[in-house]
Formats: sequence, structure tokens, C-alpha cells
Amino acid sequence: MNLFLKTVTAGLLVLTMTTTVQAEDTLRIGVEGAYKPFSWKEADGTLKGFDVEIASALCAELKRKCELVEQGWDGMIPALLANKFDAIIASMSITEERKKRIDFSAKYYQTPARVVAANSSAIDGTAKGLAGKRLGVQRGTTHQCYAEKAFPDAELVLYATQEEVFQDLLLGRINAQISDSLVANDSFLKTDDGAKYSFKGSDHLDLECYGEGVGIAVRKEDTDLRDKLSAAILAIRENGNYAKINNTYFTVDIYGK
Amino acid sequence: MAEKTLSSFEKFIKYIDSILPLEIELIINNFDRFIYGVGITLELTILSLIIGFLLAVPMAVARSSQHAILSPIIWCYTYVFRGTPLLVQTYLIYYGLGQFQFIKNSWVWDSILSSAWWCALIAFTLNTAAYTTELLHGAINDTPKGEVEAAIASGHSYFGRIRRIILPSAFRRAIPAYSNEVIFMLHGSVVASTITLQDVLGVGRWLNGRYYLAYEGFITAALLYFAIVFGITRIFRMVERKYLKYLQ
Repeated sequence: MNLFLKTVTAGLLVLTMTTTVQAEDTLRIGVEGAYKPFSWKEADGTLKGFDVEIASALCAELKRKCELVEQGWDGMIPALLANKFDAIIASMSITEERKKRIDFSAKYYQTPARVVAANSSAIDGTAKGLAGKRLGVQRGTTHQCYAEKAFPDAELVLYATQEEVFQDLLLGRINAQISDSLVANDSFLKTDDGAKYSFKGSDHLDLECYGEGVGIAVRKEDTDLRDKLSAAILAIRENGNYAKINNTYFTVDIYGK
Repeated sequence: MAEKTLSSFEKFIKYIDSILPLEIELIINNFDRFIYGVGITLELTILSLIIGFLLAVPMAVARSSQHAILSPIIWCYTYVFRGTPLLVQTYLIYYGLGQFQFIKNSWVWDSILSSAWWCALIAFTLNTAAYTTELLHGAINDTPKGEVEAAIASGHSYFGRIRRIILPSAFRRAIPAYSNEVIFMLHGSVVASTITLQDVLGVGRWLNGRYYLAYEGFITAALLYFAIVFGITRIFRMVERKYLKYLQ
């Protein structure tokens, strides 16, 4: 019994030591990997994309070693709260609803959402035009919040990833989808498959659902990390690293005003 | 009076809310969606079990018959469907079949495969039919030799034996194992939520996604599944008490 207690205590000690060391040394960052051009996975398993490169630029700025942790979108906030990683850099919009659970750095980009449907479709991106239509959105995104608020008469169809939304739009199972305009343009409309589809209607902005841009999520108690990340974002804006990354993916500056 | 009970109910909810780290109010406000989810789950599970069973009975008889062509074909089918995960089977039907232009252009696509509900029903039915076939095949093989010999001696034809002696006794023997299959199928039906259907888990995921919650949707779904399984085990206990009485 005594030996057992000793082993358990020793084990616990080692455990606490390793976790503190880990928490101090490496910054673990949660990324999604299914949200082109912001983050996607190459055939060889490496993670690529705007979010991923911003993450490494920020780590360089903070002079910290970083580890990317892949996490499905559904479980992103729970995993952050469960200490699976320390920050989320995965195109997560800063909204009031999310702020109840987690905290955000300053924004690192802000792009509008738009509706996509087939060229021949009469859908015009308005609530009236979408009434009774099947509208695809990725579950747990700001678009789910917005679609329920702005298109109450549309039939909402929820998907785990944005890639599945585009796939079912191609297969004709949904009439339209709403997502980030850059994502829709880059990973769908620009491809051969997407040629028969186009943006419908204008930009959708909504403070309640879409918030004030996309930020880096951290746990509420990590205010120090939050402030350092906010400062690092401004720093890479100034030293040109942001522009360099921005220009490899986009033709316009996506930081917004 | 009615107003007073309502407010005390609300007070009770507020109290539960304050002691549990869960958003009970959100669950209660959206409970009608969960009830709808229970409907979808039961509909898919029960229909696939019924159709799967009806398919499994002739397949099990053919598989046990040592027929030179039918028996190996059915063995292959059950091997494939028991050897691959239900999730993979459902994905192949839902996303895979749509990649073939000739399927997409045919009537099968427009009337059946374009609907997530039908895709789920087809996948679930083929899956449970495979398991049930093997289960009944085992029960048929376990038929006591004496029963078959007595049937032959009293002049039963092959199909007469199957219908009047072998199947009734095999069904009885298969009841305990089949109750497991029913529960597995219910649990397997959560796969429906991955192809956009709003079954119990689908509604749970919707709730989590809509309000950026971690557990509330899953806990509610878990409790609902638990309640359904409780009902299923009760029903099977009754069935066993009736049909397996001679063993007790």
C-alpha cells in the first residue's frame, strides 16, 4: 500500500512537472485543416494556408516554439477549454456569444460572407429568395448563427466541414450555401467544378453574428497571452510579414479597415 | 394559479442552471427539436431493422443451405458489410455514388440518392441485414438434429421443414442476440448526423454549434438514447418471457 502511494505521488509529480514545462516552452495552437485557403492539409499531411502561416509568423514574433494541433471545427472551443492547446488560429470570428466562454486577441482579418448558388438559379441572396430553399452551412460557424437569423424561412442543412458543403452543392442536394466570400471564391468558384456557380447578392455583415472580425481565441484566464498575441499581430502588420503572407494568397489586403 | 406554477418552474430551472455548469435553459427551450430528433432516429432505426430482417430471413436460409452459388455470394456480402464500419458504408453511398455521372443523371439519383434520409436508410438496412443474416444462420445451424429428423420422418418437404420447424425454433434461439443487434443499430444510427440529418445526435450537434457549447447537446442526446435503450430492453424482456418461457 505504501509503495503504491509512493508510486502514485511520484507519478503525479512527474505529470505536473511535464505539463508546466510544456506550457511554458511550446505554444500549442489549434488549427482546422479543412478551410482552404486559410488552412488545408497537403497530400503528405503538412498543414498549409493563411492561418497556418500567420501562426508561424506570430510565433516568430513572440520568439516561442509552436506546435500545431489539428482539431475538427465542432470541437475547437471545447478542446481549447480542455487544455488540448493554448490558442486557436482557425479563422474564428470574434462574437459576443463566443466571448461568454473564451477570449479573443485583436482581429487579424475581416472578410464578408456571401451566398453562392448555381449561375442559373433564381436565388438572389435575400431572405425572400431563399425561402423554402435548402441552404448549406458549416455547423458551429458564425454563418449558422447568421443564416438562422437572416433566412428564417430557408431550410438549413448543417455540415461538419466547409468542404462537405461545397460537395453537396455540386451534387445538388442543397440549393445554395453561405460562407466566407474568400473561402467560397478560392476553394470553390475558382475550381473547374465551381464554374457553374457564382456569388448571389451582396456582402452580408452583421455585428451580432459575424462580430468584429477574425481573432485568435484563448482561454479567459490567459490575458497575458491574449495581449501578447494582439501586440504581435500589430507588429507583423508593421514589419511587412503580414503583407508578405497576405499577398501569397490574396490580391487584396484582407485585414479590413 | 397557472402563472404561479410556471414561475416556480422557471425558478427551479434557474436554480439548476446556477448549480450545474450547463445551460439547462437552452436545452429546455430547444427540446421540441430534440423530440423531432427522436422521431428521425426511431424512424430510421425501426425501418432499417424491419426491412433488414425481412431481407435476412431468406438470406440466412440460403446461406445455411450449402447451396453451391447462393451460399458463397451471401457469405461475401455479410463479410463485406460486417467487416467495414457503418460510417464508411454511409459515406460511400452518400458522397461516393454521386461521383458517377451515370448515377447522377439517372432517376435513382433524383428520387432516392439525392436525399440524405434514403442514403442513411439504405446503408443502415444493408448493414443490419448482414449482421442479422449471420445471426440467424448461426441459430439455424444450431437446430437440434432430432427436430429435423422428426420433421423428415413425419413427411415434411424441405420448405415445410424450414417454415414449420427450423425457422420458429431458430427465431427463438436468436432473440437474445437480436436484442443486442437492435441496440447496436440504434447506436449506429448516430451516423445519420454526419450526413446532415437531424437525428438525436444531429440536434445535439446543432445546439452545440448554434450556441458554441461543448457538452449540452451531447448530454441531452446521451440521456435520450439511454431512455430509448431502456425501452428496447424492456420490450425484449417481455418477448423473451413469452417465447423463451420453456427455457426458464
